[in-house]
Amino acid sequence: MALKDSVSRLLQNDLIALEESAGCIFAEVPKDKIVSCLSSLRDELGFNFLSDIVGVDNSALYEAKAKKAKKKKDKEGEENETPEPERPALPRFEVIYLLLNPDTNERLQVRIRVPEDDLKVQSITSLWKGANWPERECFDMFGIRFEGHPYLRRLLMWDEFPAHPLRKDYPLEGMGEERHLIYEPEGEGHWT
Amino acid sequence: MAIEAYSGDGWLLTKLEQLINWGRKRSPWPLPYGTACCGIEMMAALASGYDMARFGAERPSFSPRQADVLIEAGTITKKMVPILKRIYDQMAEPKWVIAMGACACSGGVFRTYSTLQGIDKVIPVDVYVPGCPPRPEGLLYALLKLIEKIEKDHPLHKKAVLLKGELQHGTQR
Amino acid sequence: MGPVKQRIASEDYVTINVGPSHPAMHGTLRAIAYVSGETVLGTDLEIGYLHRGVEKLGENLTYHQFIPITDRLNYCSAIANNVAYEMAVEKLMGVEVPVKAQLIRIIMTELSRIADHIVLVGILGVDLGAFTPFFYLFIQREEIYEIFEWYNGARLTNTFGRIGGVESDLPEDFETRWHELKKGLEKAIDETDKLLTHNRIWMDRTIGVTPISAEDALSWGFTGPCLRACGVKRDLRKDEPYSLYSQFDFDVPTGKHGDVFDRYMIRMIEMQESMKIIDQAFDLYKQLGPNEPLMAKVPKIIKPPEGEVYHAIESPNGELGFYIKSDGTDKPYRIKIRPPCYMIFQAFDELIQGEMISDLIACLSSLNIIAGELDR
Repeated sequence: MALKDSVSRLLQNDLIALEESAGCIFAEVPKDKIVSCLSSLRDELGFNFLSDIVGVDNSALYEAKAKKAKKKKDKEGEENETPEPERPALPRFEVIYLLLNPDTNERLQVRIRVPEDDLKVQSITSLWKGANWPERECFDMFGIRFEGHPYLRRLLMWDEFPAHPLRKDYPLEGMGEERHLIYEPEGEGHWT
Repeated sequence: MAIEAYSGDGWLLTKLEQLINWGRKRSPWPLPYGTACCGIEMMAALASGYDMARFGAERPSFSPRQADVLIEAGTITKKMVPILKRIYDQMAEPKWVIAMGACACSGGVFRTYSTLQGIDKVIPVDVYVPGCPPRPEGLLYALLKLIEKIEKDHPLHKKAVLLKGELQHGTQR
Repeated sequence: MGPVKQRIASEDYVTINVGPSHPAMHGTLRAIAYVSGETVLGTDLEIGYLHRGVEKLGENLTYHQFIPITDRLNYCSAIANNVAYEMAVEKLMGVEVPVKAQLIRIIMTELSRIADHIVLVGILGVDLGAFTPFFYLFIQREEIYEIFEWYNGARLTNTFGRIGGVESDLPEDFETRWHELKKGLEKAIDETDKLLTHNRIWMDRTIGVTPISAEDALSWGFTGPCLRACGVKRDLRKDEPYSLYSQFDFDVPTGKHGDVFDRYMIRMIEMQESMKIIDQAFDLYKQLGPNEPLMAKVPKIIKPPEGEVYHAIESPNGELGFYIKSDGTDKPYRIKIRPPCYMIFQAFDELIQGEMISDLIACLSSLNIIAGELDR
């Protein structure tokens, strides 16, 4: 894969993992290097089109995996007493940037992992204007704060909405939130 | 006020009632409030082919103040609820509501955190049209049913109900 | 206080609230326009009035149960959404769809593309005061819906296809019906073209209105007809040929200025190109026997292997992509939809700055913003 080689050559030490899943290439980079990685990908490899930004909450996935591993361990434990080494827990959230090279039609997915206690990611609105709303949506749905975003506000839910609905611990049918109309204090004649 | 004084079923009022109802049922001007997929089918019902104007819904009135029937076609989300309430409040009496489509009737397939489970939770509904989305014929049938209902209504009755406060989410007075 | 309002804070302006319930607004969008005289200084946009929680719902439904939900994204061309989702799941599972099913998918997708473009051209006309083309075109759209209904029983929300193929073959004399429809369509498009394209008023209202340069459009994430109107020849059917599109001969029209007129013309030409594709697809379809398989071998309960996939197709509006993450169970772990008009509508403020208030409606119409897929 020529693309894999050139990506690993370009990112070198910043590259944590480079994996392929169902024909799509996912590159993982450190969270605080995202702006420099994306800008070098854009300028040097021609990935100058941002398709979308995807947020994922992995907490339920890790829980299910831990349960499975425990079950397996319990089963095996009767025969084999050697405990498996504990792996460090992966951060809860991940943000995936879907990139496209319009000249060669290659797609690259860049992933960063965001821990729950440090929900701050550098905004990439300086690289692509179109990153504005996807970042706002990601904040709305997962609560990940994008630093340097010009106007980080809820996009799809209303401003007073108390939760982040796409997190796995939020129930599908909601918690009975209701929207009430309030007027802006300046009295501009439109609603907030 | 003079008419209200005769609120019994006197001869004069019965005839007047029929006259008023005859006038009302021939011109139910709709407020086409299409929010989602059902709005497209409502457009089809208003356009050539189905031609809703045949039944008196001649002029789609985009201003709530000149409309008689609110055709709520599509999903109402919780973010939209205050706006729907306000539109309903702005309509002048007499007013009727058609809830078009599964989402407007009951929330439909979208049983989620952001969707209102049926608009009858916030405004009173006269006719429900099932379907996702209903065919234009469904909407025409609903309009005919509504005309039937208008025919049977007492012109002052609706107001009397409101005064007693039985209607929970009625207009603010 | 939005960023636009901050920018223009020193100027003298009047606030005009367009939407969320407004006769000229498509669905439930809201633009707060700041105008000085008739000139728009800027708009703050507010979306989410039709946010129905589709992505969260997808995490709680099985893979097949989610197909009807995709209908309700872009309800003007439901079939394109169905096909996009099914292809993403098939890519995740590594399933090869039989040729006949692919041809049926292409025929139906292109029909829905025509229906979508008809809605756009008709409504653009209505918004600019030309009511007649709306009626000419909507008769033909009604015919297309009848064909859909004939095939699978639904007019608008078709729930077309299954993961791994399609559920039934085309009806017997489908092709004759298509040729009848084609005659009517060609006539209606021709009439619309005569009524609008060289109409003085139409030209004045559309040419040079809200143009955008190719660099800006790419930076904002434009795709589809709106990007092609700026002169970028980018069409996923040609550039990343999925399904059987590499076998078809069709042109990708491009504009020059990226204004409302170019967006309108691209759609008019694309309708004709789609008709060409359908004809070629029928030629291939006729060579196949009646007993060719329609479904690939897929298990009854879809359980894709653990992994992630992003797959995009060229929907009538542009790149419609599905990101799906599977954890090996029968329900997707995460579904993210990349709707085309979501990225396009962001640029609305930049498009409309310095234009007249009446052009706001023309611009909005020409972008084809569908609230269902915008808010999901």
